Amino acid sequence: MAKRSVVPFGPQHPVLPEPIHLDLVLEDEVVVEAVPSIGYVHRGLETLVKKKDYNEMVYVTERICGICSFMHGMGYCNAVENIMNVEVPDRAKYLRTIWCEMSRLHSHLLWLGLLADAFGFEALFMHSWRLREKILDMFEISTGGRVIFSVNKIGGVLKDMPADMLKNFVQILDGMEKELRETTNIFLNDYTVKSRMVGVGILSPEDALKRGAVGPMMRASGYAIDMRKTGYAAYGDLDFEIITSNDCDCYARCQVRIGEIFQSIDIIRQAAAKIPDGEIAAAVKGNPDGEFFMRVEQPRGEAFYYVRANGTKFLDRMRVRTPTFANLPAMLQTLKGAQYADVPILILTIDPCISCTER
Amino acid sequence: MSSIMSFTGMALKNLFSKPATIQYPEQPKVYPERTRGHVEINIDDCIFCGMCMRNCPPRAIKVDRASGTWEIMRFDCVQCGYCVNGCPKKCLSIVPGYTEPQMKKEADRFVKPPAPKAEKPAEQKQAGGQKNA
Repeated sequence: MAKRSVVPFGPQHPVLPEPIHLDLVLEDEVVVEAVPSIGYVHRGLETLVKKKDYNEMVYVTERICGICSFMHGMGYCNAVENIMNVEVPDRAKYLRTIWCEMSRLHSHLLWLGLLADAFGFEALFMHSWRLREKILDMFEISTGGRVIFSVNKIGGVLKDMPADMLKNFVQILDGMEKELRETTNIFLNDYTVKSRMVGVGILSPEDALKRGAVGPMMRASGYAIDMRKTGYAAYGDLDFEIITSNDCDCYARCQVRIGEIFQSIDIIRQAAAKIPDGEIAAAVKGNPDGEFFMRVEQPRGEAFYYVRANGTKFLDRMRVRTPTFANLPAMLQTLKGAQYADVPILILTIDPCISCTER
Repeated sequence: MSSIMSFTGMALKNLFSKPATIQYPEQPKVYPERTRGHVEINIDDCIFCGMCMRNCPPRAIKVDRASGTWEIMRFDCVQCGYCVNGCPKKCLSIVPGYTEPQMKKEADRFVKPPAPKAEKPAEQKQAGGQKNA
């Protein structure tokens, strides 16, 4: 039997955007076990419900994560709106959908860049992020922020997108699509890139189900699970198919995410064409009383928002289960039996967002 | 296998195209109209109701009705715009231009002068300039 050794990986490591620590138990070059430890960026955001009222919490929740900040804010708002029986105007729902899909676009492009960086393809990393920059500019034009948008409120949204702005965005996305095809073509067809991803990090459908994987991780193992199909915001009115793959490896996850990039562009186009006129926010009176579970599909997978209110302006409890937390067991499964050199790619394959996980 | 050279086309194109970045600082960044840079107050219209102070999630605003002062800690402010939405007199606004670095963490103080005195009351502003970009 080969000699076992333990190699610490992280919390500071060139490939990690955020701190997570793994103890890798190696037999020669093969990982036999990985023991994770998190807790480096815990901020106690959930406890803030005791100090901030339910309206202020919108701004706290969107600071859980810098990438899916819009969806965090929206998920929380949806939960409180459901408790208070607030009917959100249709225009607000469509606007939320458009911002959600823009978030998905920029998150997946960010991930593609980080993946390229993980296998040392710096030029591809730059190109992915160059394209992402256009989405961030669109966010700044429409919401006033590039990372934190502050456009959600209980009952709707705070800012409207005029028709010419929407038209402009669709034009930008049309122009981007060709460049995106070029860039993603390299991820899908380049020999060097494929040699790092094909057959690496297999997560069998049984393992994915048993370990409760979510999002692209689950969909790349053949399960068509997507919370957008539950029809929150305006997703119920829009036409889209869940993208899945049966290959179960890193390449399949990359394929699913790239498919979702183009799907997001399509959804934005549909939403921009269908968006109705009208109010962007409904009036909200009183305080919430009750509890609700909201499930939204973030770029990384399904997120839960559990909100329990007691009739005062301070909530009893808010709990967020983020997709990275759900995907950690699946990641540990893929690490078992992997080559040590593949560990960075396997960690990135779940698109880890540690700040989300720790809140 | 053509897949080995798949990046060559893009690389060549980039060699002869304009840079994707702007030449900062020679060419300044133009912010869109909606950019949330910093909070501004039109102190003449302020009635010192304190709504902004109560709404502010990071508690960056202090309003004192007795002395007629409105203060904001620029470094605590997260530019969420909640104060602007809740202002009954609409005298608050959020405008482009980020807070500049300062040596000391001081509050920006605005004082409303007594009403009948001057024709156009000058606003008193102590800490460093937040100019629109």
